[in-house]
Amino acid sequence: MMAVRRWLSTNPWMWSYLGAAVVWIAAITFTRGYGAGGMLIAALSLAVFTVVVGIGQMFVITLGPGNVDLSLPANIGLSSAVAMTVMAGDDRLVALGLAAALGCGLAIGVVNYLLIRALSIPPIIATLSASFIIQSIDISYGRGLQIKPPPGFADFTNIQILGIPLLAILTVMFTVAAGIALQRTVYGRSVLAIGQNIRAARLAGIQVGWVRFAAYALSGTLGGLDGALLAGYFRGANVDIGNEYLLASVAVVVIGGTSVAGGKANVTGLWGAALFLVLLLTMLNTFGVSAGIRLLLTGLVIVAVISAAGGEKKRA
Amino acid sequence: MTAKSTVAARPAFLPFGKTDSPRLLRALLPALSLVLVLLAIAWLNQRAISYFGFTLMLNLAIPIALATVAQMFIITGNDLDLSIGAFVGFVGCVTATWLRDTPILGTLTLLGCVGVYAALGALIYWRNLPSIVVTLGMNFVWQGLAVLLLPKPGGRAPDWLLASMSAKPPLVPFPVLAALIIAAVTYFGLMRTSYGAILRGSGGNAAAIGRAGWSLLKAKIVLYACAGLFGVLSGLSLIGITTSGDANIGNGYTLLSIAGVILGGGEFVGGRVSPIGAVIGALTLALAASPLLTFMHLPPDWQVAANGAILIVVLAARALISRREVEQ
Repeated sequence: MMAVRRWLSTNPWMWSYLGAAVVWIAAITFTRGYGAGGMLIAALSLAVFTVVVGIGQMFVITLGPGNVDLSLPANIGLSSAVAMTVMAGDDRLVALGLAAALGCGLAIGVVNYLLIRALSIPPIIATLSASFIIQSIDISYGRGLQIKPPPGFADFTNIQILGIPLLAILTVMFTVAAGIALQRTVYGRSVLAIGQNIRAARLAGIQVGWVRFAAYALSGTLGGLDGALLAGYFRGANVDIGNEYLLASVAVVVIGGTSVAGGKANVTGLWGAALFLVLLLTMLNTFGVSAGIRLLLTGLVIVAVISAAGGEKKRA
Repeated sequence: MTAKSTVAARPAFLPFGKTDSPRLLRALLPALSLVLVLLAIAWLNQRAISYFGFTLMLNLAIPIALATVAQMFIITGNDLDLSIGAFVGFVGCVTATWLRDTPILGTLTLLGCVGVYAALGALIYWRNLPSIVVTLGMNFVWQGLAVLLLPKPGGRAPDWLLASMSAKPPLVPFPVLAALIIAAVTYFGLMRTSYGAILRGSGGNAAAIGRAGWSLLKAKIVLYACAGLFGVLSGLSLIGITTSGDANIGNGYTLLSIAGVILGGGEFVGGRVSPIGAVIGALTLALAASPLLTFMHLPPDWQVAANGAILIVVLAARALISRREVEQ
């Protein structure tokens, strides 16, 4: 028992998988085993969208206190509209549309960093102000936009290989790559070093500016990718399509064991946390509770999980 | 852009010593931005600068200012409250239903809300939790409670509240008077009392405050309870103005309140906050949000963008001044 506890305390991300397992078991107990597999598959498909933005958010949050990308929802909304407009429902234009969405996200990331760097605005406020502006652009550009995604692209977001969603497989591969990039490359190590002590990192010769720039650019680009994928999966762009991903992206990063104080990231935990959040909603839906109870319980569970996992040990 | 050039051109005309001027400018910047917005409004529509003009334009500034002050208490302790908007919405729902129908139950619930905030402060300190995640969870909790209490917009504010929010004091418009009182009370409490200094110190250098024998747990609880109290006041005043409740009524307040604190000269870390600045920041945002843009005939689509642009301009000006501060 003690060994298990010690292991859990050194691997806080396990809590998220434990939580996901618990809510899944609770849900299938309620349905007496009916739909157990289907529930997992559906959860995998939906978790993809949270994990993609979660990875970007994780790189940004790891840069240290105050670093967070609040422009993701607006970014997702605008990119989804851009992707659908460029694709124009034509299968041949899918690649171009994806590139446009990625470019749109990248541009937003670059603007975010320029605001932070050139105007010395704290990242929270810089990305918040940027999100206000992006939101307006999206409202005036994307309102009433009723372009369906090309059938090929829409099908692509729903393909299953051996019963497992293709998007989930690709995202798992991407997550592994992100994990390797974070722990085994100079760039990832630089991100961690900046989060631990930006002054020391600078003195050690790390190009702090470029590393931070790349993190915000990555977060923006992944937001753009997510916008395109969401528009494909939900059959169309929407101004509000990204709204839930502000809270979700921060929540999966932190529940997944990444430190909000920066300098310590956990890629594995992202999937656990995303599955946990999606399965929690699935469970509450199977119980057939009202919207109010669902929100209330989601909130209480998040608070309970984070309290159980606990924060970092205080430095003396 | 105008804010920047005004600020940059200013030091030459100010009769202050060279070392003081950037710091003083920095402190004056929130007020300067408010004056600038007011001047723009006056230039666009002179009739707006009157007793009734201000009463109308600044009406919604009272709940925003109160929510901003609530957020300021949390930021003082180096935390961030992502749930204040949903909390204001929930308080609004309680106000429009229970507080009118069963005043005792309503009052107890609102007091309980302040208690919940205090408990959150204790929990965050005790388990050393990231406030962002805890308040993120609480955001869902308040939203859920609000939806349960008032599934559809409705209810009605208690009569005493309606009467007090539409008060018409002589000479000074009510919202201006309210803003002055809010600023004075929080300034005195946080900046001029010895315990206020301890509270700010708990954000500036927690270890030092702890070694000096003060309870950091108590400081955290007091900061969160104050935030809860001002959150409740914000919800009350909001319903007093809108007259009926809606579960989603406070949704924009989370981001507005953070923006207001920063616009008013606060910093995210180090216990550096300014109560008067926060109130001024909230007023600036409230004025810039709709009256100014309506007078400018800006399409509603771009109003949110204008808010963002104002934030960027003011903060850019501040960065410029801070750079001078460092150089000297």
